Amino acid sequence: MTRPYHLLAIETSCDETSVAVVRNGGEVLSNVVSSQIDTHRRFGGVVPEIASRKHVESVTVILEEAVAKAGVSLGDIDAVAVTQGPGLVGALLVGVVAAKSLSLALDVPLIGTHHIAGHIYANRLVGEIEYPALALVVSGGHTELVLLASEGRFQIIGRTRDDAVGEAYDKVARALSLPYPGGPHIDRLAQEAREEIELPRAWLEPDCYDFSFSGLKSAVLAEINRANMKGEPIRAAALARGFQESVIDVVTAKAMKAAAEYGVRQLLLCGGVAANRGLRERLSALCAEAALPLLVPPLSLCTDNAAMIAAAADLKWRRGEFGTLDLKAEPQLSLEDWSVSH
Amino acid sequence: MSIGNGDSAGRTFVFRADTEADTAGFAARLAALAEPGAVLALDGDLGAGKTRFAQAFAGGLGVPGVVNSPTFTIIKEYEGGRLPFYHMDVYRLGPDEADELGLEEYFEGDGVSLVEWASLIEPLLPEERLHIRLTTTGPTSRTVECRPLGGRYEAWCIQLGITEIAKEETAE
Repeated sequence: MTRPYHLLAIETSCDETSVAVVRNGGEVLSNVVSSQIDTHRRFGGVVPEIASRKHVESVTVILEEAVAKAGVSLGDIDAVAVTQGPGLVGALLVGVVAAKSLSLALDVPLIGTHHIAGHIYANRLVGEIEYPALALVVSGGHTELVLLASEGRFQIIGRTRDDAVGEAYDKVARALSLPYPGGPHIDRLAQEAREEIELPRAWLEPDCYDFSFSGLKSAVLAEINRANMKGEPIRAAALARGFQESVIDVVTAKAMKAAAEYGVRQLLLCGGVAANRGLRERLSALCAEAALPLLVPPLSLCTDNAAMIAAAADLKWRRGEFGTLDLKAEPQLSLEDWSVSH
Repeated sequence: MSIGNGDSAGRTFVFRADTEADTAGFAARLAALAEPGAVLALDGDLGAGKTRFAQAFAGGLGVPGVVNSPTFTIIKEYEGGRLPFYHMDVYRLGPDEADELGLEEYFEGDGVSLVEWASLIEPLLPEERLHIRLTTTGPTSRTVECRPLGGRYEAWCIQLGITEIAKEETAE
């Protein structure tokens, strides 16, 4: 029997500092994420969204906690993985420097990892992925349809031309004076709504898998303006419902069409917006109808976390594709270029 | 706000667009004038079309591929056009946080910087820049108000042939 191996992964691409230890590529021993509340408590101050300085302060604390929680010692770590991009350059840099130092100190390989590959391979932590597979990545910063012809080979077949889905939710929530992040509030309002204000759907060109949400956002704003001008109350729930229905119709229809066209064996939903109840329910129903297996990670693995980075890094670990100590943070790292080389 | 401080001393020019295509056409014509180190400070309410404006501007520079919202990474760099294009969205930032991103390296770089929600980081913007404010006047119509700071941006506005308006008219 082969000895188990442990990957330690660090994720600092955006607002969250996270470190995880994963055994044999799929067993999460620890996955510590510093939420703003935790950090607030630990450091006695609110963490600004964009402050690499705060990543610097928390990364070693989170790292120690992740190793302790995993019940391993640093000597058990076989490789260090880190989110190399995409993300905020200052934020990424903190993780990259921490990972390099640790890799050097422990004399183990370093694996630069793509953030979106992480979101996709979060699904590997909940089930086996069968190829070809299609991933629908929906988050605050990304909206992409990614084809995986085989393990670790990424091909983007559709992407947003303007706002990401999560971003559109946040902007619409802001227009409706709902708190940030807006997604959960709109989801809830949409579920509760007894009526719906019909809003347009952006299908774009036929046979096109790209997305566009700015027209929909403008339609919501136009309706709010119209109501304000006439002195009518804003029908927030009906608007939330109309907005959510439009988003879900387009996103799920394009995903299902692509799944059929490419003959995939699984659909993988991932990214923070995968938490949206309306989206999950519709996609589950459509997949059941099409007899297409759907994988959706639990919420804790949908939002930014380091366990998913370990899951993606495992692709490279098993192939011996390691980074070197001159690895740089790449704010615009390409997913397709990050594909495994064999 | 006091009248006569350095920032408000500039001239104001206005372009009225009836359609999205008009706005996009204006952005593309603006792009044709762009030089290395140019900085466009773009403001406008949610839905005014800032990202659309940036896309048309990028198109005018000849940037290939998709130019989408830079909100997540704050800055997106595009090569492949006549000049490098630096597209920024500082909505989530305050001046302190923006300062850490090293924006001045972009502003002084070889490309053109376009900053959405620029008024949020006004103290960090270079002295010479072109302020652009998009205002929604109808479903597809917009006014594009240009406030050049510095001779070269004034020259752009004149070259674009847009209407200069007297100061009193800018105040609503």
